[in-house]
Amino acid sequence: MNNSPLIRLSALTKVYGSGQAAFQALKGIDLAIETGEFVAIMGPSGSGKSTTMNILGCLDTPSSGSYEFMDIQVEKLSRNQRALLRRHFLGFVFQGFNLLARTTALENVELPLIYRGEDATSRHAAARAALEQVGLKGWEHHTPAELSGGQQQRVAIARAIVTHPAVLLADEPTGNLDTKTSQEIMELITAFNREKGITVLMVTHEPDMAAYARRIIRFVDGYLESDSRTEEAA
Amino acid sequence: MLWNTLLLALRAIRRNLMRSFLTILGIVIGVAAVITMVTLGNGATKSVSDQISSMGSNLLMLIPGQRFGPGGGGAPNFKIADVEAIRYQISGAEWVAPVVNKGATAVYQANNWSTVVTGTNNDYFPAGNWELAAGRTFNETEERAGKAVCIIGETVREKLFGGQSPVGSEIRIKLFSCEVIGLLKGKGQSAMGSDQDDTVVMPLRTVQRRLSGSQDINRLTVSVSNSASIDGVKKQLTLLMRERRNISESEDDDFRVMDTRQIAETLTSTTKILTMLLGAVAAVSLLVGGIGIMNIMLVSVTERTREIGIRLAIGALEREVLLQFLIEAVVLSSIGGLIGIALATGASFFLARLMNVPYLFDPAINLLSFLFSAAIGVIFGFFPARRAAGLNPIDALRHE
Ligand SMILES: Nc1ncnc2c1ncn2[C@@H]1O[C@H](COP(=O)(O)OP(=O)(O)O)[C@@H](O)[C@H]1O
Ligand SMILES: [Mg+2]
Repeated sequence: MNNSPLIRLSALTKVYGSGQAAFQALKGIDLAIETGEFVAIMGPSGSGKSTTMNILGCLDTPSSGSYEFMDIQVEKLSRNQRALLRRHFLGFVFQGFNLLARTTALENVELPLIYRGEDATSRHAAARAALEQVGLKGWEHHTPAELSGGQQQRVAIARAIVTHPAVLLADEPTGNLDTKTSQEIMELITAFNREKGITVLMVTHEPDMAAYARRIIRFVDGYLESDSRTEEAA
Repeated sequence: MLWNTLLLALRAIRRNLMRSFLTILGIVIGVAAVITMVTLGNGATKSVSDQISSMGSNLLMLIPGQRFGPGGGGAPNFKIADVEAIRYQISGAEWVAPVVNKGATAVYQANNWSTVVTGTNNDYFPAGNWELAAGRTFNETEERAGKAVCIIGETVREKLFGGQSPVGSEIRIKLFSCEVIGLLKGKGQSAMGSDQDDTVVMPLRTVQRRLSGSQDINRLTVSVSNSASIDGVKKQLTLLMRERRNISESEDDDFRVMDTRQIAETLTSTTKILTMLLGAVAAVSLLVGGIGIMNIMLVSVTERTREIGIRLAIGALEREVLLQFLIEAVVLSSIGGLIGIALATGASFFLARLMNVPYLFDPAINLLSFLFSAAIGVIFGFFPARRAAGLNPIDALRHE
């Protein structure tokens, strides 16, 4: 019955700017992603990876084409409806962490739950549990300035998964981290994919990181160049 | 949603203590300045009108010229005969006192004090609600002959005699010495803020002969008996003086008859203008406070735009973000407004005592300053946020 994929992009384009300054960052992307997949997105800088991720994450809107998410035509949704999609189904992890400054790890992780209207008790419990899952037990009351880059990214991951999203979108999550920390972060993300069944889409430059994924998509110049599945032992 | 948003707003305030403090400070200063200035101004106005009404509503004042104040535009002064004429021809005039003022230094032993000498008659005391604390008023001989006798006010007594009783002593005024025959009960400050007790009263003739050297009288004070109508006496006085000063029908009066209400209006209009001026100056400080807040907000707009981007990215609705910023702005400016009001209440209470004017709580100006400060907070705190919350989340996140 339910044959439609979790995510389906059809002839998706994105044009930045207008007139003389117009620049086509995506030139027609067709892509389908099933629930539970772990997809690495690779490709040279400027090839449209982030643009695609932002559209998938409902942080930006496509110029044309269609984006189906859980059988919903996302490009037809209003601003508020897209916000609700983000709130309930999407978790985002950025290269630059994007945590609220001078705000404790616990409060940062609580934030999405506040917008979901959860009461203080369940909110605290969930946020603490999420921090524990990313290995930050005992760091709840530290602010981003008091945490290392790796720890900040862990807080960001905790914030992204605390709502049990359907999809975790990560745009170069290890781009600012050293190799060892990157691997720890990757194990964490892989664990969420394997154990919680969260679909993961991750942009990365590094083949080492992409190796964690089961499917690798390559972008070149606004097009999808290749799409390959790797079969690796769990 | 409201509860959670309030929580978020309070967290944002706590997170940025310096910014919150500066915002509050800007509003506190402005609100406190406006309220204090206006409250003190109102108090001064009230004090002026109070003291004038304490003079009694039955007092009329005749001054030459059409203006109130020194000079009087060159119109002739009054004569002693005018006093007699009013006394005998106007039945409603209860007390009629001529007044001549002259500044002089009074000396007693090693002490000297510069004061104002008033030449008048005994009617001056009941007309001006003066009572004697000791001694007596002038007798007929002293008035007729212009004898060197005087009745002194409380301030003069204190400056010249200290703890001693003054009655019977001789004080020196300019080149003559003069016996103190009475002491006036203290009255305190006058409507114009001067010390009413800083006075030496002598018979009119004494002052004319020894101090002013002319027969002129600057002012007449007439008190209207309770049974007569003030307007009636005013009309009679005007007619009588026109006749005595030979003013033809086509000419205007060259003197003025003013009642207490008019005197009060003249005097309070000055303090009212002053209040408005002070209020305007203070309003500028409110505006400056507002500009300070705007500065703080603009400096933090990049950080706040990113913050809005983060909130939108994790699923906040635009209206939730806006509500948070609105609550933040309202909370900060309300706190500032309330502290400002408290500070102003304390300051005006204290300054009012210091300036010896009554403290009057003015709800209108308190409310107005509060609303104005809230408006400033909302305009400068909320509108930058409105722009940011309308962006695509990714554009807000990437804001430079
Ligand atoms: N907001 C923007 N305005 C204009 N051009 C943009 C904007 N964002 C990205 N681009 C351009 O679109 C192209 C694709 O960008 P992006 O998706 O960020 O590439 P990457 O694959 O490196 O993540 C680049 O050439 C970039 O310069
Ligand atoms: Mg990129």
